[in-house]
Amino acid sequence: MSHHIIQADNLKYKYPDGRQALNGVTFRITHGESVGIVGANGAGKSTLLMHLAGVLFPDEGEIRIGEVPLTRKTLPLIRQRVGMVFQDPDDQLFMTTVYDDVAFGPRNYKLPEEEVEKRVISSLDTVGILHLKDRPPYKLSGGEKRAAAIATVLAMNPDILVMDEPTSSLDPKSRRRLITLLQGFTHTKIIATHDLDMVFELCERTIVLKDGRVITDGPTEKILCDAELMEECGLELPLGLLGCPVCNAKKTI
Amino acid sequence: MSNPVESLYNIRLLDELAEKKSIIHNVHPLMKVLTTGAYLLVTVSFNKYQLSNMLPLVFYPVIVMSLADIPAIPIFKRVLPALPLITGIGLFNLLYDKSPVLVLPWITIPGGWVSFLSILIKGFLTILAALILIATTGMTKIALALRIMRIPGVFIIQLLLTYRYIAVLLEEAGRIVRAYSLRSAGEKGIKFRDWGPLTGHLLIRSIERAQRVYRSMCCRGFAGEYHTGREKGINTGDILYFAGWSISFLIIRYFNIPAMIGWLMMGVRR
Amino acid sequence: MHMADALLSPAVGGTMWAVTAGVAAYSIKKVQNELDEQKIPLMGVLGAFVFAAQMINFTIPGTGSSGHLGGGTLLAILLGPYAGFLTLASVLVIQALFFADGGLLALGCNIFNLGFYTCFIAYPLIYKLLVHKGYSTGRIFAGSLLAAIIGLQLGAFSVVLQTLFSGITELPFRTFVMLMQPIHLAIGVVEGLITAAVVVFIWKARPEIIEKAASGQTIGSSDIKKVLAGFAVIAIITGGVFSWFASANPDGLEWSMFNTSGKEELEMPGGIHQTLASIQEKIAILPDYSFKSSEQEVDGDAPETEGWPAVNAGTSVSGLAGGAMTLLLAAITGLIIRSIKKREKARAV
Ligand SMILES: Nc1ncnc2c1ncn2[C@@H]1O[C@H](COP(=O)(O)OP(=O)(O)OP(=O)(O)O)[C@@H](O)[C@H]1O
Ligand SMILES: [Mg+2]
Repeated sequence: MSHHIIQADNLKYKYPDGRQALNGVTFRITHGESVGIVGANGAGKSTLLMHLAGVLFPDEGEIRIGEVPLTRKTLPLIRQRVGMVFQDPDDQLFMTTVYDDVAFGPRNYKLPEEEVEKRVISSLDTVGILHLKDRPPYKLSGGEKRAAAIATVLAMNPDILVMDEPTSSLDPKSRRRLITLLQGFTHTKIIATHDLDMVFELCERTIVLKDGRVITDGPTEKILCDAELMEECGLELPLGLLGCPVCNAKKTI
Repeated sequence: MSNPVESLYNIRLLDELAEKKSIIHNVHPLMKVLTTGAYLLVTVSFNKYQLSNMLPLVFYPVIVMSLADIPAIPIFKRVLPALPLITGIGLFNLLYDKSPVLVLPWITIPGGWVSFLSILIKGFLTILAALILIATTGMTKIALALRIMRIPGVFIIQLLLTYRYIAVLLEEAGRIVRAYSLRSAGEKGIKFRDWGPLTGHLLIRSIERAQRVYRSMCCRGFAGEYHTGREKGINTGDILYFAGWSISFLIIRYFNIPAMIGWLMMGVRR
Repeated sequence: MHMADALLSPAVGGTMWAVTAGVAAYSIKKVQNELDEQKIPLMGVLGAFVFAAQMINFTIPGTGSSGHLGGGTLLAILLGPYAGFLTLASVLVIQALFFADGGLLALGCNIFNLGFYTCFIAYPLIYKLLVHKGYSTGRIFAGSLLAAIIGLQLGAFSVVLQTLFSGITELPFRTFVMLMQPIHLAIGVVEGLITAAVVVFIWKARPEIIEKAASGQTIGSSDIKKVLAGFAVIAIITGGVFSWFASANPDGLEWSMFNTSGKEELEMPGGIHQTLASIQEKIAILPDYSFKSSEQEVDGDAPETEGWPAVNAGTSVSGLAGGAMTLLLAAITGLIIRSIKKREKARAV
């Protein structure tokens, strides 16, 4: 399905204060791929994702989703296809109840209310928080908020899921639940994160960013096991790959 | 209400009450808003000396609170902070209005007392009515009522956003104040030279948050307009609720019920 | 100071509601015309910010007391007058609902007193005038300080007028003004200092925020004139309608239990009076006696009450007893409903 291909071509972006956050990023992601984007703080991960969702526009270079170049004109179309889950769920859950929040997107596309309801219920059900639908967001735990934020995006029926640090500030159990949930999705997934163990489990491919540039791009096992490379990019080997600190037994992949 | 944590607790309590289920909670929000409006108008329309006439107005909060399972004490506690101001202004009536008024055949008091008491009662009832409205309806449904009243969506979404982020920002403000007081070695309050930076940081963070919120709204197709869904229909029961109360309020307004009761009692008693 | 429902008459409250709704409708149109949808979340979050910042108490040097941020001026500076006014309005709506600040009927007054003068008078005429020559720390500081002080002075004066027009307080105009203005000068200075400190901090840290807010926000004198003219028209019309209403339905002072003349006391509209009288006759054991006796008492006392009109002590006593009975009945009603509900719940379990 060629229309789900994401193609980034030599993206450059400078923040208004002069900081060059992206400095020539190029990659191509095909349908159904799961890609982890890793890199140290300030490497440009969030900035890159915002370009993919059409929140920011590159100063130079181009993004294509399928055959469509991402421009201000094609934005409504693109935004329906690309669902972005932001770093802080409090930014994404801006309505007063979970239901209204999840319904916000479909309503903006003027779907009939029955269809809106159907989508809200099914996306809340998918992330397992249907029982919380009438709660105000501030009464949710961190994990529930994250799930609700994902539901807001799912309700838009996107083809591509873009997520910024989905596991940050989750306890181990919520994190596990989230990973299992994401494993069940057939969408194309692009996940920026510091949680390398999750990348290991979830993404067959990894792109490493440093100072707004792609350092490497390839199969996850190969990249995340490369201790030297990881060190150079301000990262560490995933815990799962380190020996057990007690018995020193190495995990086998 | 001058403490971030307390305010947060206050909002949460009212939100929780609004989530309960009862006959009153089920009434259409628009009808509850209109009923509250009628109640307020009738309450303040009483003349300042009509102390006993307005007493039957007490029935409204009593009945609604009982039907809606709203606990009296926490709500009364929230009425109290608003009273000092009213008391302050009302006290002047004691000073300026000395015309004697007969209470019992052998007792006269200055008229100021009567108007003072009536201001206090009005204050109590009007504040209570507002709290009852929010405690049985909740902000989301009030927004729905506003929408039906054709208030523009821009204002409504803005109101809802403010409401939504109060909880977030109160927490942030609470953290800032706590962090400040931990480092300010037992000093009370915040020093003058720290006023700007302290509030300013909170403000900058708020502006940045607004930008992120805007982005996530855009990602979900926001284009400056706010669409509410399910505008729950108004049924006969809802209309009867409003009509019933309005008629009762008018009866209370135009007939001196306590005087009638008293008159009947006097006959019975002796 | 927040105006309170209890201090308002329906006419004044209603008029101010109409005026405020008019100003708000005009502001909404203006904001929508700007077509800057990015402003909508900014308004929402800044409203929450003002709310949260008001919970922070600042100690006032040299005194033991504390003050807090006043919202109107700051919002006008950050968002421009129209968006600022709307944002302050939603803050006040939430305060009225959740914190019993003022009240719902007084909401019109409060939005007007705290929002109109700051956003549409003090901001364009003081702040903008001071900074229009170019931004500098001194000008921004002075501009926001003065705008906050003057905005609050006008608001306080407005509170005085609204209270007096409502006729609830006996306070003479002069005394009231002499009381309100100085108090609010003190409060205004503190609020102004906090506002100025924040604006200057933002100006130093992120100048573009202050500049961007002010650009594209040209509120010309014609706009002010339009707003003022519209405001005057609405005020006159609604004020007129309400006072006509009020005079067509004169206040029922005659129903007062404390009424000193006491003659009309029990002259309720014919039908009801007769029905009640006949009911009373049936249930009262010695109807005639009871009333005669109480009236005789009054007649006997009358000369001693220094020429005050003869007061019908019978009605006075019955009013008091009836009042107590009303409250008692209300309490009993509440208890009954609650106990029925409890039983229902118990049965449901
Ligand atoms: N709004 C902004 N204005 C100016 N500079 C910014 C802004 N947002 C980010 N930057 C800068 O751009 C660079 C890239 O930031 P970005 O947020 O993309 O990093 P990141 O890889 O997501 O980091 P983290 O892991 O901490 O989330 C950083 O140096 C950051 O300081
Ligand atoms: Mg990031």
